[in-house]
Amino acid sequence: MGKPEDLVNALADLKEEEALKLVKEMLDAGEDPFKIMEYIRRGMEIVGNRFANSEYFISDLIYAGEILKAITALIKPKLAKGAEAKKLGKIIIGTVAGDIHDIGKDIVVFMLEVNGFEVYDLGVDVPPEKFVEKIKETGAPVVGLSGFLTIAFDSMKQTVEAIKKAGLRDKVKIMIGGGQITEEVRRYVGADAYGKDAMEAVALAKKWMGVK
Amino acid sequence: MSANEKREELFKRWLSPEGVKFVNEKSEKAYKERVTRIKDAIEMKKPDRVPVFPIIGFFPAYYVGLTPYDMMYDYEKLTFAFKKYVLDFEPDAHGGAIGPGPGKFFEILDYKLYAWPGHGVPKESSYQCIEGEYMKADEYDILIEDPTYFFLTVYFPRIFGALEPFKKLPRFTNVQEMYGAFTPASFVPFGLPDVQAALKAVMEAGNEALKWIGYVVAWDKEIASLGFPNFFGGGTKAPFDTLGDTLRGTRGIMLDMYRNKDKLLQAVEVVTPLMIKMGASAAKMNGNPIVFIPLHKGADGFMSTKQFETFYWPTLKKLILGLIDEGCVPFLWAEGGYGSRLEIIKDLPKGKTLWGFDQTDMRKVKEVLGDVACIGGNVPTALLQVGSPKDVEKYVKNLIEVAGEGGGFIVMNGAVIDQAKPENVKAMIEATKKYGVYK
Repeated sequence: MGKPEDLVNALADLKEEEALKLVKEMLDAGEDPFKIMEYIRRGMEIVGNRFANSEYFISDLIYAGEILKAITALIKPKLAKGAEAKKLGKIIIGTVAGDIHDIGKDIVVFMLEVNGFEVYDLGVDVPPEKFVEKIKETGAPVVGLSGFLTIAFDSMKQTVEAIKKAGLRDKVKIMIGGGQITEEVRRYVGADAYGKDAMEAVALAKKWMGVK
Repeated sequence: MSANEKREELFKRWLSPEGVKFVNEKSEKAYKERVTRIKDAIEMKKPDRVPVFPIIGFFPAYYVGLTPYDMMYDYEKLTFAFKKYVLDFEPDAHGGAIGPGPGKFFEILDYKLYAWPGHGVPKESSYQCIEGEYMKADEYDILIEDPTYFFLTVYFPRIFGALEPFKKLPRFTNVQEMYGAFTPASFVPFGLPDVQAALKAVMEAGNEALKWIGYVVAWDKEIASLGFPNFFGGGTKAPFDTLGDTLRGTRGIMLDMYRNKDKLLQAVEVVTPLMIKMGASAAKMNGNPIVFIPLHKGADGFMSTKQFETFYWPTLKKLILGLIDEGCVPFLWAEGGYGSRLEIIKDLPKGKTLWGFDQTDMRKVKEVLGDVACIGGNVPTALLQVGSPKDVEKYVKNLIEVAGEGGGFIVMNGAVIDQAKPENVKAMIEATKKYGVYK
């Protein structure tokens, strides 16, 4: 059986075949699947850090996501239900109404998840009411609004207003992001912050939830 | 003819457009001044002033109180809105009324690749690509062997619901001799009822496209007769984006760089000459050398420098040089950030290309590309939508100071304008006219 560090490094270096082989070996040798998940989390954390340091790019993150998917498919059947690892906090995220772009949003979701957050991904073209419902349902303290088109500026503004109208504005922090988002747009929308990239989303979430 | 002669010829045709009768001497003079201003900038000379060319999406619709849906389904409204935009704002050039496209055409073909106003997105929204693997990872060989066969019998059935039966079409290169098994047998699929229904849809779609293009072309001539040139002679795509945008999709193409490297490299080579022809033939038909090439997947952050140099740049460079050879002016539109690519892309012949940037630092662009190519862009769409005219004026003034010195510069926005405050678009144009005069 390979050493845990081998798996962590294989993942961090995006060595797909090697990582899959190591996981299979560990499972066959009877290693605790939760321990394997922890190695994977550590490997993905390194991927995230390399992305934050501009050593890795969107291409690498997408590839890392694919490797993660393949490995999770191997491990999931062996994981006992209800024994989920503890998460840092809940975040609701979605691409706002009228916009169906998801690449940027998915990268943010990926980065939040590998950093230990529980993410409720509402998908694309999400109407304001859906965000409101999900806040009520989950009590998540952070909401992320994504949008690539300029039409998304107004949808974001309407979403923030809907949250306000529902009396939830002081219960959540709202971050926005997307290709054309700037500080002016943040002010226009009435969000609490905007992020230029996925790492800023992670930093904001950590700050707002008091995670060090 | 040499490349330069071909280019001069195309510029000449752009300067004196075929079939256009100017309404008066003033409009003819204005038209020629505008084309000359743009040509001088592209050739890195000093024009009378910096040209200004806002790149417009559905902005005219919002400006006149209509929707993108109206632009796609009512050609009278389309031409009305786009004309009003040009006449009210008086930019140095426009991008035609061709962008919105005919909604009914897409309905007839049951187009799956995009959501469009009233058809997957609200009537007030622009059309948007639906990401997907319209070409599977194991289909590279079919594409590489015969791109047309792949498009016709694999890709069309996926992106056009109405053309699904095209799966049954033969290889046309089977048509040989009189022998029954070769030629007549190849035509058997055309007798099948579902294939015939698909062919009927093609004809119906053709009728709609023809009707629509009639409006678009007449509009172009009318606007030219009033003194305003169309900036674009044609368009094409970077070979990597051809594969990545609407065939393999973003996820697919990114994974292929790791899992399917050799096939991907072969495929981008195969489509390169096709992309050259796509741009050059349009430029020749329209009598205007400028070929628009939007750049997508090679932007900062999307891939590493090594990946850019391996997968993206070699065929993009071939495309650029191939177009230049045909007398065209490749107009590269670098969406997102391109700061990390500047040192690579500067390896081009001087004064033959035009580069529009979105979020790249224009001081750095001027420094690196300033003696290689005409540059422009960078007026933020966010600023145009939520800023004030004063902010826009300040931004444009600064931009001209930073990047306009000595010529070779065009004021353009960074990403396509849909919803923007009209007074801000006006301010962008007026500020250029005010601060862009060369002494």
